[in-house]
Amino acid sequence: MPNHNLTAEQVRDFRALAGTIIPPSATYGVPGADDERIFGDVLRSLERDHDDIRQALAHLARLAGGAFADLDPAHRAEIASTFREAGGAPLTALVRVVLLCYYRDDRVMHSLGLEPRAPFPKGHVVEQGDWSLLDPVRNRAPLYRAVD
Amino acid sequence: MMGVSGLAGDPAYPPKAPPMPPIPLGKSGARFGKAMNQLGWHWWPSDTTIATTDYEGRARCINLGHCTPGCAQGAKASTDITYWPLAIRAGVELRTRCRVREITVDQHGMASGAIYYDAEGKEQFQPAEVVILACNGVGTPRLMLNSVSAKFPDGIANSSGLVGKNLMFHPYALTYGYVDEPLDGNHGPPLCLWSQEFYETDPSRDFVRGYTFQFGRGVGAIMEAIVSANAGRLPWGEDHHAAYRNLVNRRIGLSAICEDLPEEHNRVTLDPVLKDSSGIPAPKIDYTISANSLKMMNHGIARAKEILTAAGAGNICVESPILNGGWHLLGTARMGTDPERSVVNEWGRCHDVKNLFIVDGSIWVTSGGVNPTSTIQALALYIADSIKQRLANLFD
Repeated sequence: MPNHNLTAEQVRDFRALAGTIIPPSATYGVPGADDERIFGDVLRSLERDHDDIRQALAHLARLAGGAFADLDPAHRAEIASTFREAGGAPLTALVRVVLLCYYRDDRVMHSLGLEPRAPFPKGHVVEQGDWSLLDPVRNRAPLYRAVD
Repeated sequence: MMGVSGLAGDPAYPPKAPPMPPIPLGKSGARFGKAMNQLGWHWWPSDTTIATTDYEGRARCINLGHCTPGCAQGAKASTDITYWPLAIRAGVELRTRCRVREITVDQHGMASGAIYYDAEGKEQFQPAEVVILACNGVGTPRLMLNSVSAKFPDGIANSSGLVGKNLMFHPYALTYGYVDEPLDGNHGPPLCLWSQEFYETDPSRDFVRGYTFQFGRGVGAIMEAIVSANAGRLPWGEDHHAAYRNLVNRRIGLSAICEDLPEEHNRVTLDPVLKDSSGIPAPKIDYTISANSLKMMNHGIARAKEILTAAGAGNICVESPILNGGWHLLGTARMGTDPERSVVNEWGRCHDVKNLFIVDGSIWVTSGGVNPTSTIQALALYIADSIKQRLANLFD
């Protein structure tokens, strides 16, 4: 059972929009946000944004005069451009969920040189750095106000 | 108790010796350090209660980079692994998921206890010889204003009329840019350095008091995508990928945390309509950033741009005030010796109710241009010591 209450039509439009926002790239060897695995994650991650996303998709359908997913590529790009300007807070919520799921996908993370893993327990290595950089500061006179 | 990491020798403070070494400088820290040296401005690793060596049973920081929501390693000194275990061991009973509605008073005008709703939502009364408030700058005045009685018709301990007034936040001016090489992103604790070059009042400037710069290490991949999309930097379509790769892990930024000053029109009152799920009147916030704070923020933004430019950053962006700020809640039950101009005395006891104490940020009289938690802790410990030393004549 899907854990969302979007209609089949809205799911099709949402997936088409996700692929319009982030299409696949042969240059970088990454899928688009309409990739089955990524978009599946999107649909499972709507949570607090559910109502906003339904509102955004209704707005998109009005702009498209029907199903956004059925538009030809040129017309789809035109409607997407208009929607980006006019979508407001509901669109912001929709885009946030798409980006959240896209940039946690293993394939995408690998392409960015990131390790697809939780931070704990391995942690990360951060350079200690050269603390002698502080020597000019260390040699300054006190900056603080003396207690009366 | 908390375990502090840092570095001795900071000319912005009297001599001190943190027991643990500072958290790592990292790539962005080194860039900022060189830039600040070039400008001749103060910078230093900030003290932080993150264990950089094993400390009192806590494992050292391994740069998980998720300090704010919680530390899986236990390196961050949150109170659940510092104060509370000792307090519970000493006999304190901790009741969680309770919501206090009001503090009651007896016929002598002394606090007699608290009425609260327990975890099941059932009303309870807890009698007390001493009541200590630690709900901070919104929760404390809300509770005091909700504690109405014949003796205190305007809220408990509010003869001055100042309970809820002088609310201060820390207005933050964030400035950031992007460099031409990958940095550390969100690997490591987020705050590594600060500058107090502009902390004190300078008569040559058009504002009083000042601010601290807090330097950030960077942000993670998802945060970068979301923030950049919201800012319009991230295109839709094929160009998205190249644009994103020029942003991810390349951000460096700093915030001016400004010393807000008390103004009585900035205040917490009780909302005449809104109540929480227990039926307790909700707080209502009235707050306007002052002209002085705005000038301070603008000064900070101008200096931050100089710093970022010296650090080799371009595509400089400003978010001022930061949209998710307003988390330091201060000043609404101010401390002082004059009962007509303050709510608590110089050791945290309410002028009007001699067994009611406040140990949170509401007792501050200015906000200071730094994160407040260390000072709130210091004041709470000072007030606790004061109570202990005066036990024989605490209510005189």
